[in-house]
Formats: sequence, C-alpha cells, structure tokens
Amino acid sequence: MKERVALDLSKLPLHGMGTASVTWWGTLAFMLIEGTGFALVIAVYFYLMSLAATWPIDAPKPDLLPGTLATLILIASLVPNVLMSRWAEQQDLGKIRIGMVVMSLFGVAPLIVRIFEFPALGVSWDTNAYGSIVWTLLGLHTTHIITDLVDTLVLTTLMFTRHGNNTRRFGDVQDNAMYWNFVVVTWLPIYGCIYWIPRL
Amino acid sequence: MKANITGPATRDTDLERSQLEAELAETWKTPSGLWAALATVDHKIIGRRYILTAFVFLALGGILAALMRIQLAQPEARLIGPDRYNQIFTMHGANMMFLFAVPVMEAMAVYLVPLMLGTRNIAFPRLNAFSYWIYLAGGTLLWLSFALDMAPDVGWFAYVPLSGPQYGAGKRADIWAQMITFTELSALAVAVELVVTIFKQRAPGMTLDRIPVFVWAMLVTAFLVIMAMPAIMVASTSLILDRLVGTHFYNPAEGGDVLLWQHLFWFFGHPEVYIIFLPAAGMVSTMIEPFARRPAFGYLALVMALIATGILSFGLWVHHMFVAGLPRLGNSFFTASSMAIAIPAGVQVFCWIATLWDGKPVFATPLLFIIGFIVTFVIGGLTGVMVASVPFDTQVHDTYFVVAHFHYVLIGGAVFPLLGAVHYWFPKITGRMMSETLGKWSFWLIFVGFNLTFFPMHILGLQGMPRRIYTYQPDMPWHGINLFVSLSAIILVAGFLIFFLNAIRSARSGSVADDNPWAAPTLEWATPSPPPSYNFARVPVVSGSHPLWDCSDGLAVANGLRTDRRELVVTSLVAAEPQAREASPRNSIWPLWAAIATTVMLIWSIFSPWAVVWGSIPISITLIGWFWPKSIPEDES
Repeated sequence: MKERVALDLSKLPLHGMGTASVTWWGTLAFMLIEGTGFALVIAVYFYLMSLAATWPIDAPKPDLLPGTLATLILIASLVPNVLMSRWAEQQDLGKIRIGMVVMSLFGVAPLIVRIFEFPALGVSWDTNAYGSIVWTLLGLHTTHIITDLVDTLVLTTLMFTRHGNNTRRFGDVQDNAMYWNFVVVTWLPIYGCIYWIPRL
Repeated sequence: MKANITGPATRDTDLERSQLEAELAETWKTPSGLWAALATVDHKIIGRRYILTAFVFLALGGILAALMRIQLAQPEARLIGPDRYNQIFTMHGANMMFLFAVPVMEAMAVYLVPLMLGTRNIAFPRLNAFSYWIYLAGGTLLWLSFALDMAPDVGWFAYVPLSGPQYGAGKRADIWAQMITFTELSALAVAVELVVTIFKQRAPGMTLDRIPVFVWAMLVTAFLVIMAMPAIMVASTSLILDRLVGTHFYNPAEGGDVLLWQHLFWFFGHPEVYIIFLPAAGMVSTMIEPFARRPAFGYLALVMALIATGILSFGLWVHHMFVAGLPRLGNSFFTASSMAIAIPAGVQVFCWIATLWDGKPVFATPLLFIIGFIVTFVIGGLTGVMVASVPFDTQVHDTYFVVAHFHYVLIGGAVFPLLGAVHYWFPKITGRMMSETLGKWSFWLIFVGFNLTFFPMHILGLQGMPRRIYTYQPDMPWHGINLFVSLSAIILVAGFLIFFLNAIRSARSGSVADDNPWAAPTLEWATPSPPPSYNFARVPVVSGSHPLWDCSDGLAVANGLRTDRRELVVTSLVAAEPQAREASPRNSIWPLWAAIATTVMLIWSIFSPWAVVWGSIPISITLIGWFWPKSIPEDES
C-alpha cells in the first residue's frame, strides 16, 4: 500500500510515566480484578450473616487488639508510601532507596501482627461457615500483603543495582506504591467486617 | 538516567524501505527452532496457537456431542453407561464454555486487535505467552482426567451439594474446580492485555469514535471478564476449600448455604454468555462493512448497545434460579432485566439489517454466516424472552427446551459469526484464501443441519424430556424426534468436517491472498498477508473511522521510531495523541517456566493445601527471572 509520512515521532520520550505508562494501566486492571474478588468475598460474608440466627456463629467476638494494631500500622505506612511515590516522580534515587527499605519493613510488620491475628479470631476455619469466611477474608488479604512484600523486596534490591537508575524503575516504584495503597485501602472494609460487624 | 544512545543508523527515518524492513525483521523476529518457538512473544504466533488449540477443543467437544446423540437416538440404548454419560455431558459443557468459546474469542482478539489498532504487539506480550501455556495446561488436565475415567461428572456448573465433599467423592469435582482456575487465570490475563492495548496502543489519531466495532466489543468483553471471572474463582476456590480443608461454605448444617453456590456461579455464568456473544456481535459489525460495501449503519448505536449489554448482563443471573424458591419480588426484577437485554440485541440486529438493506451485498461465505447468524440468533433470542418469564421457565426448566434455547444463542449467536470470521480473516492469518465452494457447502450443511438438530429439541422439551438423562424408556413419546435429531446431527457434523477440511487444505494450497482481498477498511488489511513480525514497518496515522477507505492519496504513517529496539507508540486514552516511543518486551522463556511452576502448584493443590505454600516458591523465582531487567535497548528510558 502506498504510504505518505504525516507525523514525526522522533522527539517522543522512550518511556512514559503515570497514565502514559502501560504498566500503570496494567496495575490498575489487576487492582480491579482483585477489588472485585474482595467485594465478592465481603458479599459472601454478608450473605452468610443474613442466614445465621446469631453472628458470630457459636464463637466469641474476635479480639480487637491484633487487628487494630495491624490497621494502624497499615495506615501509618501510607505516609512513607506516598512520599516515596513523590520521590519516584522526582527521580531522586537516593531517597527512593531509603523509602524502599522503609516500605519493606512496613511490609514485614503487619505480617508479624497477622501471626497473632488469626488466633485472635477465636474460631477455626473448619468450625462453621462463620469461621470459614473470616479465615478466608483474613487469608486473602494476607496473601496480598505477602505478594506486595515480595515485590517490594525484589524492587528494593533492584534499586541498589546498576539497573536502579532508570526512569522505567522509577515507574515500577510508583506502580508498587499505588498497589500498596490498594492493599491498605481494601483492608479497611475487611477490618470493619471481621471486627466491627459482629459488635453491632 | 541513561543517555539516549540513538545513532542515526537506528532510526527508520533515513532508511530505504527494504533496509527498514530488514532491520525491523531482525529486531522483532522469532527465530526458527523449538526453543525460540517456546520463547516467542509475538501476538500473532500466540494468537494462532490459541485459535488452533481452541478449534481442537471444539472438535473434541463435538465428538462428545456426537456420542450423546448416538446414545439418545433410541430408547434404552446401551452404548454409554450412566457414569460415563455424566462425565460426557459435563465435559461437553465445560469444554465448550471454558476451553473453546471464551478462549477462541480472546484468541481472535489476541491476533487481530493489535493489527486493527495499528500497533506492533499486544500490551504485556509475555503475559500473553504465559496465558496461552496456562490455558493449554488447564485443557490438558481436563482431557487427561477424562482419558483416565476420572473426569468431572457434576455438570458444567458443578452445583453443590452434588459437587461437595459429601456426594462428590474422589477428585472429579476438584479437577473441574482447578480447570476453572487455569482457564480463568488465562482469560483474565488476556483481558488485561486487551484493555491496556486498546486504551494505550492505538495508532495516533485513532480516537475512541474511530475504533473498529470489533475492538469496542473486545473492550467491553474484557471488562466483563475482569468483573465476572473473580466470582467463579471465589466459587471454585471455596468449593476446593470445602472439599480439601473442611470449610463449611456450602454446608447448611454448619451455617453454610447451597444456594450461595448458585448465586456465585451465575453472577459469573450469565455475563459469561455475553463474554462469548459480544465478540461475535463485534465481528459481525466489522465484517459486514466490506460485504455490504458501505460503513456499518449506526456506529454509535452499535457501540452503545455493546456497552448496555455489558452492564445489563450483571443484572440477570437469578433467571437461572427461578425454580430455586427465591422471593417473588426478586424474580420479577430479574424477569424485567432479562427481557430488557433483548433491546440492545435488537438495536444491533436492526443496524445490521439496515447496513445490508442500504448496501450492495456481496454474498461471499462470511456474509452467508452473518445472515445465518442473524436468523438463528433471533430465534434463540425469542426463546430467551420466553424463558425470562417465570411461569414459562418453571414449566420448561431442566428440559430440552433450554438445551435448544442456549444452543441457538451460543452456536447461532457466536459460532456462526466465528466461522464467518475464520473465512474472513483466514487470508490475513495464513496468506491464502479459503475455498468459496467448500465454504458455501459448509455453510449450508451447518445452517440446515443445525436447525434440523436443535429446533425439534424445543418440542422435546415441551413434551417434558429432561436434560442430562443418559437414556429414556420406550413408552415415552420422545424416540421419534430423538432419532430425527440424531440423524440431522449427521448433516451438522458433515458441515463441520467440510469446514475443517477446507481450512486445512486452504492453509496448504489455497490461492495466494493479496494484502486486502475483501477491500476492507480496517488497518489489519494494510499489512502484508500474513503480516511480518513487526506488523507495520511504519505506524499508521488515522484520521477517520475507515482508514483504508479514506486514503486515496496513500496511507498516512509516522516515522521517527528506532529499529534496533522493539519500539511502539503509546498514545493518550481518548484522543490517541502520541505520548511515548515505548519498548515492547523481547522473546523470553520465563513465561513458560512460570506457567510450568503455576501448573505444578495448581494440580498439587488438588491433593494437599501445602502445595500453595511450597508451590509458590518456584513461582516467585520464575516471576523474578521474568521481571529482572536485562541490559538491552528495550530497558532504556
């Protein structure tokens, strides 16, 4: 087919950040998938609750302390997370390195609390449907923390190698920070379901 | 930051056409050999594999259907026993839905969407490779289990308690549930790739209102996959948990509920129908243009109908549960929404009729399949409106009436357009034309055979013949029609055999196709047939909705891209203004390793929950290998 040149693209950057990046959109799409999954599991929680004569079924109300502690840690982690996203935008490698180490620690901390959170539910997954759904909610969210922690650890290591100083990596740091925000925000309704709905 | 090391020799601007093509071919190539074939990330190679695999599953599922028809041709037949029959109808449904219909539509999109958008590869091409391997593994798992006489036998929707720990002994239901995990994982991966490709990799100037309708259909479908498939993953995972570690989601004795399964399943299951139908509708809207010799009537109406169908499809699921004893008010709502979805379907049908009415139709095989589709789909849609009514549905629920209805919708509504699409895009994919003579034979045999096979099933259903029975007694008034149906199925099978024969023969020795044999308006026809690895030597620039009909003075293209780096153009979401010369990943073997690690973990987890813990370690290692940067031009920024 006959062609005529109508546009010169040579001045375009070799990589886009934010909405100009395909990985940013990909992360968003995966958040939509997982967000739908969370919403459905929460819907199952309310569905089972609507059928039960008492809620929790044959179990004490879950102990508030570990879950609330995890919530506070997660909320506090948003501060360095948002800062790091900004540093990534400014492409400040020194600060990003510090931020990534801090965020790795903030990924580990809630996992330590989670060790105490499962027993604090006061019910086992195989006791009854109530136990099954609260373990699933907590387990599903813990999986997300672990996944993001592994991602953060790999990215932290990467930032200290020769591959670190690259706009592409700064975009990865931003996407990782966005995903951590998602992990924190999705925890809030789950926290409400597990700990406060039984107390209403 | 690395300096831009672009040398003058690596830009396309200064290159002669032949040298440009040679350099691009070197950068984008998939070398010959097994290793390279396993490592390729070319969307066309993967799309072709996907399409071929899906058609193999279609043929296998068709053999199962033929076996069922032989069994049901006469009363008290002894060819197939009840246990094997249960496996066969479960396999037929699960295979056709999860291994054929959804994947084949996504596969067509994997091949076509990047070409129609004027880009050089799909977004996240390695994820695309991964999704194919996962799909292949899931299909293999299901069929191996069938060969070992341990295939799922609980119906394609695996209702509890039949599939639960109490009644579903052995591993059959687990294999069903894990096959779901495989196929949904691959479908979700492709959906993400499609959304991002359509949002961000359109040719400069291809604003949202210039996207081909098929691409719009795939965008809506991808969102349906993203919003609906998590429901089936939640369902199948909780079923495995009930069976493996003793949770009680579906155990009423411990606060669980069996209807919860039906809600979760159909919250996925009804959009699933539109995940299959919308791509087909999009294919029709796109294919009808070259054969009607005019633009499709009502572009805006067609696109809005796709979006409306997508939204409404989430409000229909309870119509599969009308006899489950739900509150009356809920039933009325779902009757209303089920009837409402006929409106956007009707809008599209009228647009297609108007297009043909005002056009100068060329009755080539693809157009025959389109017309066959319109007729058949309208019949299926009418019986759909009938079963949306609770009293009528109560009467025909679980009878052959429903079997007839959904085969009209799924075969008439999706397979007919798909077969038309294969004839239509075959020259682009293979570089050769399919035979028109054989094409017309296959169309008429399939169209007549289909209607003779499935229309009488409406009557069987009204006469009370239930679904899923392996045989029936001679005193039932069904054997005459059943024999007629089974004989008619021979015509249908003959049509499909001719279709397969035509495809195989034409791929080897069909007449050579030129770039645009149908004089079609969309961008995939601007490439050679078959397209080179890089799709477009120079990325097209679009200024209308029918780029190849609007370019009498030559196709507008852009230059300034590098040739030593796999480079494509990222454009803005609405206006498609160029934003970056983004790198597209090179071939990699890591997606295959990641798929193997995932497969091991998923199959192992049928037997032990610890598989999830230990199995995730090799998965993590393969993913790190996948994402770890390599010092190649693609990593520059």
